[in-house]
Amino acid sequence: MSLYHGIFKRDMQIAFKQKAELVQPLMFLLMVVTLFPLGVSPSPDTLQRIGPGVIWIAAILSSLMAMERLFRDDFQDGSLEQYILSGMALPAVSAVKVAAHWLVSFVPLLLLSPLLAMFLNLTVDMYVALVLTLLLGTPLLSLIGAIAVGLTVGLQKGGVLLALLLIPVFIPLLIFATSAVDSAALQLPYHAQLAIIAAMLLLATALAPFAIAYSLKVSQN
Amino acid sequence: MLEACGLTCSKRDRTLFEGLSLVINAGELLYLRGPNGAGKTSLLRILTALNEPELGTVLYNGIDISKDKSGYYQALFYLGHKSGTNGSLSALDNLSFWLAQHKVSVDVNALYDVLEKVGLVGLEDVPVRYLSAGQQRRVALSRLWLKPAKVWILDEPFTALDVKGIHMLESSMKDHVAKGGLIVTTSHQPLSETAGKHRVFDLEYRF
Repeated sequence: MSLYHGIFKRDMQIAFKQKAELVQPLMFLLMVVTLFPLGVSPSPDTLQRIGPGVIWIAAILSSLMAMERLFRDDFQDGSLEQYILSGMALPAVSAVKVAAHWLVSFVPLLLLSPLLAMFLNLTVDMYVALVLTLLLGTPLLSLIGAIAVGLTVGLQKGGVLLALLLIPVFIPLLIFATSAVDSAALQLPYHAQLAIIAAMLLLATALAPFAIAYSLKVSQN
Repeated sequence: MLEACGLTCSKRDRTLFEGLSLVINAGELLYLRGPNGAGKTSLLRILTALNEPELGTVLYNGIDISKDKSGYYQALFYLGHKSGTNGSLSALDNLSFWLAQHKVSVDVNALYDVLEKVGLVGLEDVPVRYLSAGQQRRVALSRLWLKPAKVWILDEPFTALDVKGIHMLESSMKDHVAKGGLIVTTSHQPLSETAGKHRVFDLEYRF
């Protein structure tokens, strides 16, 4: 157990030593969200209608920027080989690394979300729904993203391929998440959408670590 | 005893080697030679089970290494082209993490002793990225003296090392073999006498 704690600590240490990489996706997110009132229309009604979608799309795009960091350094400097050669259970290692990645790349986004909600004139009900979908949905982004990162880590210019692989996979999540917030805006219950996102998250939590471990092994060839 | 039986490996439709068999006994140093692209690294990676051969098996003490990876990995030390150290962390952090990862318990004094041996005293807190290439190599190599591994697989271990560093590594190789260890190494410069007796295995470049 302390071994996995060590991996977690190491990843956090590295993340906080590369602050620029932590802050850049957040700045990107913030800028995309600020562009919409300028580009679409600053009228509060329009913003409220497009707001949830804008925040979710910006979150997905900015997460793609931060996603590569998950295994890129470990692959390039050979730490990944050493993980495999240590005989540790690779699925467990992947799970710990994904958890650490989620904490450093998505928790700041959650902290930033009240500000984004104010920018886009979301009501309190909509904001609550938004935070709930983000809480359930962003770990899913990390888990699924990690599989694709594992597959593309050995390729040069894997970044664009990563986006092409992942964006279609994230479509269902986007649909259910924005629909939950829309329902909240109309004072309708949105448990069903949340339940579906939660189900996707649970399935990914159970299976993704094995897929990630396998993709990392494949990338060694 | 490490045994390779009928290994075949091809990369991008080019067969690197076919039906290659090799036996390396305990207390033996095998020096793998061959031109660039002959498949030395591929062979070494197959011997560590990082890559799988197209055909053939590798046995360690008679057990297939792909079937008992964790047992084999306890006895293995592998150093590839990539050092396996993170540039943002210090030598000390990198080594302590690696030791925990490989389940080797070493007390702090022993760690400092090894750092002194490889000439990194005073640099143990500097992020590895800021060290010179040779010093980075020394950080990676210092693990050799920390993990009590029987099998050493070293891919071009002398890269970027200075004369003193090469001498130190070669004499450690000799000691390791004398103690009944087993080493497979590649290098483009011939091993000197300091490395002791060794067997040469040539890999040909194939078209």
